[in-house]
Amino acid sequence: MKPLAIKDDIYWIGSVDWNRRNFHGYSKSHMGTTYNNYLIVDEKVTLIDTVAEEFWGTLKCNIANVLGDRKIDYFVINHLEPDHAGCLALAVEKYQPEKIYTSPMGQKAMMAHFHYKDWPVEVVPTGTNINIGKRNLTFVETRMLHWPDAMLTYCPEDKIAFTNDAFGQNWATSERFADEVDRSKLEELMRNYYANIVLPYSPVVIKTLKALEEMNLDIDTVCPDHGLMFRGEDCAWAFKKYQEYAEQKPKNKAVIVYDTMWHSTEKMAKAVASGLAEEGVSVRLMCMKNNHHSDVMLEVFDSAAVILGSPTHNNGILPLMADMLTYMKGLRPQNKIGSAIGSFGWSGECVKVLTQWIEDMNMELVEPVKVKHVPDHDTLSQCFDQGKAIAAAIKAKLAE
Amino acid sequence: MQKYVCEICGYVYDPEQGDSESNIPAGTSFEDLPDDWACPICGATKDAFVPED
Repeated sequence: MKPLAIKDDIYWIGSVDWNRRNFHGYSKSHMGTTYNNYLIVDEKVTLIDTVAEEFWGTLKCNIANVLGDRKIDYFVINHLEPDHAGCLALAVEKYQPEKIYTSPMGQKAMMAHFHYKDWPVEVVPTGTNINIGKRNLTFVETRMLHWPDAMLTYCPEDKIAFTNDAFGQNWATSERFADEVDRSKLEELMRNYYANIVLPYSPVVIKTLKALEEMNLDIDTVCPDHGLMFRGEDCAWAFKKYQEYAEQKPKNKAVIVYDTMWHSTEKMAKAVASGLAEEGVSVRLMCMKNNHHSDVMLEVFDSAAVILGSPTHNNGILPLMADMLTYMKGLRPQNKIGSAIGSFGWSGECVKVLTQWIEDMNMELVEPVKVKHVPDHDTLSQCFDQGKAIAAAIKAKLAE
Repeated sequence: MQKYVCEICGYVYDPEQGDSESNIPAGTSFEDLPDDWACPICGATKDAFVPED
């Protein structure tokens, strides 16, 4: 995609990664992604972030397209992860910037990534202002959103906030602005990004949104480093969504995450689902043989209850469930009810192991159910009642 | 009591608050936190903390 002027002399010069499906090695990006970066043509030409290294050629073309032979004076590096700073060493060598601005933690990360000796790096803690001609740039540290080095760059003259990973979505599109695409798809992809990447740092999100509000920044364009940009009233929409995500208010929804060996646990899962549905709770049944852990996480994120199911395997649980639970616990979901189901052949540790995970994630526990070998009518009734009991706990939680 | 700040993410450990997430009761000094205690925001270990000014 060619550069796009988003304001006078401010350009989107990113790359669209149509084929990306594995995002950072742990999350699915079913719709591809983009690496957005920006160029401000002022008395000091300023490049904001770069793109993934494999798009170095596109980046050079985009810069030449906007600048011709004019040089770049300043780099602003909001985050050092390689999808944003992947071309940094190549760009420093080619464009020889006069200054590279980054956060205090960014400087440390830059050194650890690139082991440079003589780069003109200047650390810009929160509140630092630089003048680039007609415009100023103000920097705000957004530590742990989602790495320690994260920084937001604000231009008051153009009312733009370059937010790096915050407000991003993995979506390769020919459109560049949120008001040009389907809103429900956009919201789902933004939620997916939050649920799989930003979620553990929700307390930081709440603090950062409050700090930005107190700074009283006049923002009419939000430019994240992945996906669509926001303009006009959509900026407030994006901020509101992040506030909502960070608060993690559960919906009237439950997810049954399970794996099964000979279908006993699966039968139990369906009976629990039936009990939940009977009480009007929306239910997702997600077998780990058919679902990627990041797709499960999207459903877990706004659910009030998570029911874990696994048969006993080698005195523990099945490996796909262990994978899922390691991933889920790392993302630290809050405000959940948890319960467990499982079948076993002889020793029967599954429910005990799953319950331990539920406790480790500080979920409110509803009595689990386990069965030897194959569930009969009575056990399935017990599972149905367990679903109803979870539904009652959900109702109580939603009434809080 | 002396507060400690995490140099990685900026979280401040306030002994008067404790850390309910890790079942650390209010009134626990930073020194008395268990060695395996970790920052509730970024997961950094105790050695990433410095006294707050």
